[in-house]
Amino acid sequence: MTTHAPATEDAHEAHHGHSHGHEAAHGTFRSYMIGFVLSIILTAIPFWLVMADVFESSTVTAAWVMGLAAVQIVVHMIFFLHMNPQSEGGWTMMALIFTLLIVAIALAGSLWVMHHLNTNMMPMTPEMMKNMP
Amino acid sequence: MSDTAIDKANKPEFYLTEDHHPEGSTMLGFWLYLMSDCLIFAVLFATYGVLGRNYAAGPSPADLFDLPLVAINTSMLLLSSITYGFAMLQMERKAKTETLFWLGVTGVFGLAFLGLELYEFAHLIHEGAGPTRSAFLSCFFTLVGTHGLHVTFGIVWLVTLMVQVSMHGLIPENRRRLMCLSMFWHFLDVVWIGVFSFVYLMGVLG
Repeated sequence: MTTHAPATEDAHEAHHGHSHGHEAAHGTFRSYMIGFVLSIILTAIPFWLVMADVFESSTVTAAWVMGLAAVQIVVHMIFFLHMNPQSEGGWTMMALIFTLLIVAIALAGSLWVMHHLNTNMMPMTPEMMKNMP
Repeated sequence: MSDTAIDKANKPEFYLTEDHHPEGSTMLGFWLYLMSDCLIFAVLFATYGVLGRNYAAGPSPADLFDLPLVAINTSMLLLSSITYGFAMLQMERKAKTETLFWLGVTGVFGLAFLGLELYEFAHLIHEGAGPTRSAFLSCFFTLVGTHGLHVTFGIVWLVTLMVQVSMHGLIPENRRRLMCLSMFWHFLDVVWIGVFSFVYLMGVLG
């Protein structure tokens, strides 16, 4: 078990001389194991929820699955990708937030617009369906 | 005409003359690449979200997906993530042999993941549920296949770095490359969380 004492961390920084947080953050054995155990739990729960049909309503299960996925993504970001607001002077976090914004717009926008397009389609009779090209 | 003599010595400078290239900028640059890669996957996820229910009277996810197989696949990728973490910890300790060992283990888990995915694809196509069957299957194969391609290139990169490390040792250049691959590998795991939740589990839920 390697527990990085603050003293060794300081020595490490001093060794680098002009280190001002641009060196990528390193994990420790402990942080990797915490991340690993958390992600196993967060993977096992949604699979169990779906495979064992725990909830009556599939909407509730879907909400749980997506919620746990979001939590697991955050766990991976922190423990495996070592995201923190200080790395690279905050620019990695800025890029991440900007990307998340674009991703949210692309996902929500596509689903929203296409859903409305679907529901506002002209109703089709079986006759018309049969004569479709 | 103007006869103002320009003082060469006191000429103002509007740019930095010395090369401004901080040491750690590779990591930020690679992170920006990963973010742009994230957008590719976002668009593929959006496409799947829109078309994922258009079965064209063909099979639905509940008919096709084998969740125990997906669970094994997911654990392969998770295990490869933690073994890459161990490789990074050994790299910090400057232990070359141990680093190579854990990189090798990571590669084996990555190959297991790819093998299971290819088996699944072959099985689907054999059943007549290939990418041409319906809009759902087209975007399923595009999304999961793009992720699989990323893993494939990750493994190619991993093998290249194993050769580099065994030839030149853990020199600063190789450490930097290993850190980039670490981000790439963990990022692929993050994308896979979205795939198994949104595509497989939600698909089987119906």
